[in-house]
Amino acid sequence: MQAMFANWMAHAAQAEWAWALFVHFLSLSLLAVGGGITTAPDMHRFIVSSKGWLSEGEFSASIALAQAAPGPNILFVAALGWQIGTKIGTHMGLGLPGLLGTWGFGLLGMGVAMLGIMLPSSVLAIGLNRWLAQHEKAPLVLALKAGLAPLAIAMLLATAWLLLGTGIAVEHILQHWRTLVLALVCLGLVYRTKVHILWVLGLGCVAGLMGWV
Amino acid sequence: MIPSAKMSLAPSPKPQSPLTLFVVFNAIALQGFGGVLPVIQREMVEKRAWFSQDAFLHDWALAQILPGPNVVNFALMMGDKHFGWRGACAALAGILLAPLCILTLILLLYQSLATQPHMASALRGLAIASAGLIAASALKMIAGLRGNSLGLRWALAFIGVAFVLVALLRLPMVAVVLGLAPLACALAYFRRTRAEQC
Repeated sequence: MQAMFANWMAHAAQAEWAWALFVHFLSLSLLAVGGGITTAPDMHRFIVSSKGWLSEGEFSASIALAQAAPGPNILFVAALGWQIGTKIGTHMGLGLPGLLGTWGFGLLGMGVAMLGIMLPSSVLAIGLNRWLAQHEKAPLVLALKAGLAPLAIAMLLATAWLLLGTGIAVEHILQHWRTLVLALVCLGLVYRTKVHILWVLGLGCVAGLMGWV
Repeated sequence: MIPSAKMSLAPSPKPQSPLTLFVVFNAIALQGFGGVLPVIQREMVEKRAWFSQDAFLHDWALAQILPGPNVVNFALMMGDKHFGWRGACAALAGILLAPLCILTLILLLYQSLATQPHMASALRGLAIASAGLIAASALKMIAGLRGNSLGLRWALAFIGVAFVLVALLRLPMVAVVLGLAPLACALAYFRRTRAEQC
């Protein structure tokens, strides 16, 4: 028992990977305009190409799994951190699952990844929001809010457009019109009706499973 | 200015406590497959009337334009506005805790899930539905542009230009925002001061 703990401590002391991951994600936080996913290409460059911590498949699986899971899409960062941690833990021969083993590393990876990507931007968001609230009526602040509003709408529309393009192979041009129809149906259901969002998402999943899109 | 019939003298609904925020954000997170914005809009604007459509647009716009995960920014800002740092923590915990637990479970099962051929097609359908949902949210927000200093035509023009630059020309969002924001804000400022002088 003592040997196992000492073994784990020795490996934990070599957690430079966690520090490197944390620092790199810290540097990306303030660049993540439009959400964390916009920095995914650079994360890919760092994690897959530069450090070789994950394979291509593992990287894109993180994104897919985070989208399949409920909650904010930023969770793909947590998935990346987890996979990196457990993989490194396994590689170091930690062996046992559970907190003293690979899972502990997984949680560590998850923690530093999320903390890194969220800390600077969150501090900025809260700080700026407080400052703006104190100067709420200032003409400059009102102009700022007025000017940013249409840009935010445009970013959302762009996100929707780019989402439509996922997984479309150019050869399957014929499938495109069905994609558009499904998207418009979902749009209409949410925009015009009170149908619960989960039903609309379910419709999308079913359409996908049936090979309709 | 004559108050419209919609303006009432009753105080607008607000969340009662940090716990309320935690619970509501929790519920929102658990329904947010493929994106949380549409659920937030349904829940907080349409059902609970915690925001009007234009107030929501302004708060969301800031959360979106600032770097970082939009939903996290929004939750933190909203929580902080109502209850200070306790509210911010409550909102953040609500939006992240349960999803993190579920995600961890999914990751532990990942090995068996990854070999499922249907997973990719289901995810594809989900992505398309999400696209429709996000577009619907954006369209609802356009209603919040009423009364914007830019005026509807200019606002729509900015939407159009920004969309073309990001979605069609694939320019990075950071660059487009840094480029267009000063123009839009300057125009809004100019139009406001001119309107006040009339």
